[in-house]
Amino acid sequence: MRYLPLTQSDRDAMLDVIGAASIDDLFVDVPEAARLDGAIRELPGHASEMAVERHLSALARQNTVAGDVPFFLGCGAYRHHVPASVDHLIQRGEFLTAYTPYQPEIAQGTLQMLFEFQTQVARLLGTDVANASMYDGSTACWEAITMARRITRKGKAILSAGLHPHYVSVATTMAKFTGDALETAVPDLAPGPDTASLIERIDADTSCVVVQYPDILGRIADLSDLAVACQAHKALLIAVVTEPVALGAIKSPGEMGADIVVGEGQSIGVGLQFGGPYVGLFGCKEKYVRQMPGRLCGETVDAESKRGFVLTLSTREQHIRREKATSNICTNSGLCALAFSIHMTLLGEAGLRRLAALNHRRAVQAADRLAQVPGVAIVNGAFFNEFTVTLPVEARPVVRTLAERGVLAGVSLGRLYPAEAALANGLVVAVTETVTDEDIEALASALGEVLA
Amino acid sequence: MGSGEPGGAATFTGNRALMLDEALIFEIGSTETTGVDFADSAAPTSDDRLGNLARSAPIGLPGLSEPETVRHYTRLSRQNYAIDLGLFPLGSCTMKHNPRLNERMARLPGFADIHPLQPIDTVQGALALIHQLQHWLVTLTGMDSVAMSPKAGAHGELCGILAIRAALEARGDVRQVILVPESAHGTNPATAAFAGYRVEDIPATEEGRVNLEALKARLGPDVAGVMITNPNTCGLFERDLCEISDAVHAAGGFVYCDGANFNAIVGRVRPGDLGVDAMHINLHKTFSTPHGGGGPGSGPVVFSKALTPFAPLPFVEKSGDHYVLVEEETAQDHHASAFGRMVAFHGQMGMFTRALSYILSHGADGLRQVAEDAVLNANYVLRSLNSVLDAPFGASGPCMHEALFSDDNLADGFSTLDVAKGLIDEGYHPMTVYFPLVVHGAMLVEPTETESKAALDQFIGALRSVAERAKAGDAALKSAPHFAPRRRLDETLAARKPVLAWKDPQLAQAAE
Repeated sequence: MRYLPLTQSDRDAMLDVIGAASIDDLFVDVPEAARLDGAIRELPGHASEMAVERHLSALARQNTVAGDVPFFLGCGAYRHHVPASVDHLIQRGEFLTAYTPYQPEIAQGTLQMLFEFQTQVARLLGTDVANASMYDGSTACWEAITMARRITRKGKAILSAGLHPHYVSVATTMAKFTGDALETAVPDLAPGPDTASLIERIDADTSCVVVQYPDILGRIADLSDLAVACQAHKALLIAVVTEPVALGAIKSPGEMGADIVVGEGQSIGVGLQFGGPYVGLFGCKEKYVRQMPGRLCGETVDAESKRGFVLTLSTREQHIRREKATSNICTNSGLCALAFSIHMTLLGEAGLRRLAALNHRRAVQAADRLAQVPGVAIVNGAFFNEFTVTLPVEARPVVRTLAERGVLAGVSLGRLYPAEAALANGLVVAVTETVTDEDIEALASALGEVLA
Repeated sequence: MGSGEPGGAATFTGNRALMLDEALIFEIGSTETTGVDFADSAAPTSDDRLGNLARSAPIGLPGLSEPETVRHYTRLSRQNYAIDLGLFPLGSCTMKHNPRLNERMARLPGFADIHPLQPIDTVQGALALIHQLQHWLVTLTGMDSVAMSPKAGAHGELCGILAIRAALEARGDVRQVILVPESAHGTNPATAAFAGYRVEDIPATEEGRVNLEALKARLGPDVAGVMITNPNTCGLFERDLCEISDAVHAAGGFVYCDGANFNAIVGRVRPGDLGVDAMHINLHKTFSTPHGGGGPGSGPVVFSKALTPFAPLPFVEKSGDHYVLVEEETAQDHHASAFGRMVAFHGQMGMFTRALSYILSHGADGLRQVAEDAVLNANYVLRSLNSVLDAPFGASGPCMHEALFSDDNLADGFSTLDVAKGLIDEGYHPMTVYFPLVVHGAMLVEPTETESKAALDQFIGALRSVAERAKAGDAALKSAPHFAPRRRLDETLAARKPVLAWKDPQLAQAAE
């Protein structure tokens, strides 16, 4: 009970002040039928710090750690090096154990950080403004679709075939209840995304077109024509970025005319963590700011005219607006946003560009090497640090066999699209700065042996 | 420069000894500076494969060297109040001690450095951890199953309501209304509306609980369910919950319980025994994962047997010695009617690790003690202060883990806000203010179980002193805080002319 400071004599003295004979007297309002007479017997009692550490460490050892093996998984979560000072700084108690900055006079640290984060994100995505973060990329994507409905007052969203299938699933789940019509598709194993057919499908009922950039197969294409087509039909262009490091090397969606840009910020500062917590990025054009979901930090002055920061425009939020609230977002992903912002500050523009260039060079090197493996073909025309290959056999069992040999080869399209036979031979390979020459060689030779 | 606070002389820099103001990174960094070294050992390629999309325009991201970065964020951190610095009595937010063991466990590479799409055989330990946490949550709540993926409390509420809607639709029963008592969290009606329901309020009784008769009278074939917060936002246990559940079930509806306040009853009361069908659990509140300045949270949802088939994907299940991740609806098993997927991957793994570490540290006996000490501390605060502050429901029976006061005893012209800002000068983060809405000028104090009696006595002394000043009409309180890093901030200005991103003042001026 090392976390509980009260002693038995404290408890007795306090009961005395309260005027209660025993602790049970404080639970008198619990119906008799629901009162438990002692600790729940099906569960064990308390454990020492050493015992807990031993137990969890044993579980941790049963997993294959990405950093211990040649590692090539992406598809919405990427392994990058995070400088040591990022984790050190987010563990400062004043950041780690603070709450939502409801009292801004004693929360300027969190608030200034969020203001800086918003500015960094807006510049990276190429939007006018950004919010103080969302749960993750997939929920940010859904919130962007509902935001487009509010702005356009139209309810048909076109989701491109290149959008992460989990993001499509989240939107599909939510649309069942909100009544939005979603047009979805699965990708073809073609060199580039099919922008032309997206443009053809836009009509007067379309609220938005959602495209991923780079897409689930790692392909990239210019979004400018799509933005123009959307504008012509009063629909919004929503771009989804799951690998923000890419924006250090390629044009931002905002630059190409996207109205809303959402993203998964995990790549910068956060780490893999088996899927969460991550940090959703959300930016848009200034004219839509009052329809933007999520928390916002704004600049103001205090009673002595000193610059300071507060949470603002919270009149849209659900704890204030109750049933008139416009989104499901109640919190943000503050600590992950802090990690993102610190890592981005350490990188700066020069560092981000170098990091992005390094990622791309490594990926090109890996693609060229894998193309030499008999039976392996590269699908992509253009890519950043992730590309798709086809194998002569189903990729899913190959990935499992390679894992047994100590190589985490990538994400099979069979895992992501279990119902699509046409995609079963596809394998998405991600290559970041953490991949070495030896790793690439290990992947290529192991793949060669398994396919032989 | 400098400030003329009481007793303080101006300084040249405007700083005050250890309290240093900090400029923005955009004012101190440069786009040429970086704090990261790269080994450029990769073989150079003759040309890129970026498909003519190479970025040419500058991004405008300033960088700092590593020492500058460490200073910047360390200085910023010192402008924050945090639970590590002192008692943080935010009612309904549950700011308890964050054990550092949990942080160390979450950072084990076996949990922190694994990918959500790794082959299932390579993440058996991670799935085992999720499975163990599921077991604890289901057993502690007396429910049938749990969905782990919701990312926060409000997200969990949505998950629960969607499962209710899916269950009703599966039996071809179209219902339009969710009843939400006044004493429920403000997020509840937002969630019900977001899921496509019409929200109707149920009034509270004089003593701050759901009006049972009003609720019963409103039940009917159009009511999908009720969203109830228990313990409620007045800090009271909903004593009629069993009867409410029976009535709702008899009318064909479901009971959603907002479990944000589960820490008040964990180990002593199982919501399943109260007839609840779905309840989210804020892992960060009940099981102490850190709040981090506002997230990340984690909101697993437990379900009764009736709702279990409709819970969302994915699920972790055990099959012999092997853990399985069920990611899609499979016709032959009980996930055939799952309502879909709520997030990209499997939820907040980093929070699961912390929560399980905390749960195992306490065990079943310790968690029961958690609830008892949380309730004891709150009642101690309530009784120690009700001579100076009005406690509107002080006669309604013991409070649970939070004590509710109103602004009734303050002098004319003095508000709850003044008390809150006065507390800041005394070195405390204020309690939750103006919530719940059922009480005028509410002050909701939640001390939590990790405060000692000595810490409570100091806090009680400080709050009593501020309250007495507010009763006496002490004008200095109107301009508090005087000693915080900032004086009262102009929130109206921020909302009227939103400045949400930094703009270079010279460029901004040139553009005008």
